Amino acid sequence: MPETTEPLLSVRDLMVEFPTRRGILRAIDRVSFDIAEGEVLGMVGESGAGKSLTGAAIIGLLEPPGRIAGGEIRLKGQRIDNLPAAGMRRIRGKRIGMVFQDPLTSLNPLYTVARQLVETIRTHMDVTDHEARERAIALLDRVGIPAARRRLDDYPHHFSGGMRQRVVIALALAAEPELVIADEPTTALDVSVQSQIIDLLKEICAERGAAVMLITHDMGVIAETADRVAVLYAGRLAEVGKVADVITNAEHPYTHGLMGSIPTLTQETDRLVQIPGAMPRLNAIPPGCAFNPRCDRAFARCLIERPDLIERPGGRQVACWLYDEAQEVAHG
Amino acid sequence: MHRLARMWDSDIAYSFRRSPVAVIAAVVALVIIAAAVLAPWIAPYNPFDSRSLNLMDGFSRPMEPNAFTGNVYWLGTDNQGRDIFSTILYGARISLFVGFSAVVFAMVLGIGLGLLAGWRGGWVDSLLMRIADVQLSFPSILIALLIFGVARGFIPPSMREEVAIWVLIVSIGLSDWVQYARVVRGATMVEKNKEYVQAARVIGVHPARIVVKHILPNVTGPVLVIGTIGLALAIIAEATLSFLGVGVPPTQPSLGTLIRIGQQYLFSGEWWILLFPSIALLALALSVNLLGDWLRDALNPRLK
Amino acid sequence: MLAYIIRRLLQSVIVMLVVAFVAFALFRFVGDPINSMVGQETSIADREALRTQLGLNDPFLIQFANFIGRAAQGDFGISYRLQQPVMELILSRLPATLELALVSGLAAFVFGVGFGVYTALNRRGWISNAIMTTSLIGVSLPTFLIGVLLIWVFAVELQWLPSFGRGETVDMGPWRTGFLTPSGRASIILPAITLGLYQMTLIMRLVRAEMLEVLRTDYIKFARARGLSNRAIHFGHALKNTLVPVITITGLQLGSIIAFSIITETVFQWPGVGALFIRSVQFVDVPVMAAYLMMIALVFVVINLVVDLLYYAVDPRLRVDRSATRH
Repeated sequence: MPETTEPLLSVRDLMVEFPTRRGILRAIDRVSFDIAEGEVLGMVGESGAGKSLTGAAIIGLLEPPGRIAGGEIRLKGQRIDNLPAAGMRRIRGKRIGMVFQDPLTSLNPLYTVARQLVETIRTHMDVTDHEARERAIALLDRVGIPAARRRLDDYPHHFSGGMRQRVVIALALAAEPELVIADEPTTALDVSVQSQIIDLLKEICAERGAAVMLITHDMGVIAETADRVAVLYAGRLAEVGKVADVITNAEHPYTHGLMGSIPTLTQETDRLVQIPGAMPRLNAIPPGCAFNPRCDRAFARCLIERPDLIERPGGRQVACWLYDEAQEVAHG
Repeated sequence: MHRLARMWDSDIAYSFRRSPVAVIAAVVALVIIAAAVLAPWIAPYNPFDSRSLNLMDGFSRPMEPNAFTGNVYWLGTDNQGRDIFSTILYGARISLFVGFSAVVFAMVLGIGLGLLAGWRGGWVDSLLMRIADVQLSFPSILIALLIFGVARGFIPPSMREEVAIWVLIVSIGLSDWVQYARVVRGATMVEKNKEYVQAARVIGVHPARIVVKHILPNVTGPVLVIGTIGLALAIIAEATLSFLGVGVPPTQPSLGTLIRIGQQYLFSGEWWILLFPSIALLALALSVNLLGDWLRDALNPRLK
Repeated sequence: MLAYIIRRLLQSVIVMLVVAFVAFALFRFVGDPINSMVGQETSIADREALRTQLGLNDPFLIQFANFIGRAAQGDFGISYRLQQPVMELILSRLPATLELALVSGLAAFVFGVGFGVYTALNRRGWISNAIMTTSLIGVSLPTFLIGVLLIWVFAVELQWLPSFGRGETVDMGPWRTGFLTPSGRASIILPAITLGLYQMTLIMRLVRAEMLEVLRTDYIKFARARGLSNRAIHFGHALKNTLVPVITITGLQLGSIIAFSIITETVFQWPGVGALFIRSVQFVDVPVMAAYLMMIALVFVVINLVVDLLYYAVDPRLRVDRSATRH
């Protein structure tokens, strides 16, 4: 299906670098992807693959000395990666919201929930204090905090972990952003609460027509929640496509390995497939395809040339020489 | 030699060589210490020998011949005719002696009490830590003054001069033992609960051996840092007490005493009595402080 | 909450008792009060009579109890050196010390927080580096030297400010103040700077370290992600979280100021309690020493208590009933 409407978020050849004493470390190396309005894109990868950094780069919160060294990030066609600080501040919260991993540390312990909500609302909307409070109560109610009006003036430590993350979601959505970046939103929560929070996030964003970039290392969460998925490996994209497609028919060997590691109730095998070896460190990425040392289908070209994303049917993209048309002809 | 080579290559030495501040501070400190130690040999005069003083030499300006005696003094003389340069050397000597001794005293006391508290635990530990807490909340200058006053009450006036230095050392040391005790106590408690220590105790190894072999090596780093900064503090404390008139006896002036004299003659224009000792004291305290700061950063595993 | 207050009060009383014990021991064992009070010619029989009359032959505990009783009423006896009631001496000189402590403490806090916040928010930049270097020197400079050097520059060379004393003072009832006259106000400047410089350095470094820590937290990151303005983040969220531990430590420093006033008062010939104490140490004037000790202890204990309660009021997390996790 050709995409005729402009994507909400468009990332092209994004490069994020860290100057260190021993040279420049490239943490994100020419990553490109789109997020359409209202869709849920899952960004998945191992620890250290660069998922959180991508999210941070989009919202402009890269911690120095890290910086965007190249590429473009466009929100509805308008470039946001090169905005001055003041401009980026207007985008944050109002057009792009973010939810972090640990609800315990995401909220200022010395301020009431009311203060933090009202402050956020009034920063982006021209409303009175009273109106802001009413909006805050409505938000808390929507995210499932019982007795919202009473609990509005409570402090964060009065809430349990799951409740706190709901408050965080309320805060992230308070200014009605068009895109919400959720960085491991359930990793720090009790297993029993995780699916509730993910469902809440998906519902509330769908209601408001907001897109979600769901960053996680948990393929299971992606399978349940996302529309499309982008697989990140060593700072590069391995595969992008519709979730159903990628899960049932993973094309990139790395993704294939990841799928094998999802436990399912109907699994026939009696052990999880593990990919031998480990993801390379940023300063030790092999030439050519970053995955080649661990790939059981690697051939000569993989060791020399780095594959770009190759267009595949059904809106899929794979960064693997196996799918290069010229190659296919040669391999038969 | 082999050991020295290894030390030079170690992490600490590397960090030292890379930090210009540390190197400069070390050099300055060493120069002052060396000059102070060698004072009796390199000082042109002996300011402590009251018989050699000539009041007519008093108030000589630096590098200018004295109107009465014609003597030239590099940094001038004070009100009693003492050569400022020599007095700085001898004064620094006393300051360093008091400082080092006080630190050693505090270390021994602190480590001893810390070991006792950590090893015995129970009420001994609680009591000692309570005392430590209370003492920590009082400024050390007050404690030193108190001990000094008490000691004075006990010692007959005739003996006061001779004992003054020792009283100083004890009072400064007593006001500063707490940090060592805390560090050692913590390390003792950590080691005490480890299995090999418990095993050793069962076998009958004497606690002293366990202490020396296992606990003390763990605390050398922090103790050294505390000691270096403690040295700077002790030097400042001695200078302060001498300035206040309750430190070294007036016939054996230290840097603090000189500064007090200097203040008295500020308005009459004999600025050199104040300036040079001040520079010496500042250089000494600052270099030792910087060394201590650098040492703490170098030994801090988290900053690596 | 009530249980907490009561517990702290009890601790304070115990500390005061211990200090009283030390002060009393001073009285009993240091020097001989009789010798200080009578002349050489007094006969031994008369001395003994005086002893009994003063209760010096009573059992230890009774003397201690008497001591505490009198101390509670503010009666510390007569100064050996000045032959005046100790309490009177202390009270007459207290306003001078308190005014000095107040001005320097306030200045130290204001400038300390100001510089600390500035150097935390502007980590590079030559002004920050200059401030940090000066602070390092400030820690290595003994207080008395700062005072003397200040006198040299501002009183002797530039002749802008007086070099000693309080200037003209005005009596407002029992309180002799220096704030109401120009010379009084000019006289307090140099001593206040001397006394406050060390404290200011400490506060500044503390504020800077705390603020840098706070700026790294997740909630500040989240606040940024919500698009809050820099002012709201730095001065709304970060500052409040920074100040909570700073206020406690600053409060505890207040006690130090009073103790360090000993030095400053000596340098500037400031007629306060500190100068009185130094004289008493030089002359082994035990009643004054003991009284000063008790007074300082009281000040410290009260300050500690107030700071603890303040902490409780400011940090909402502590209001949830917690049992034994305070220290």
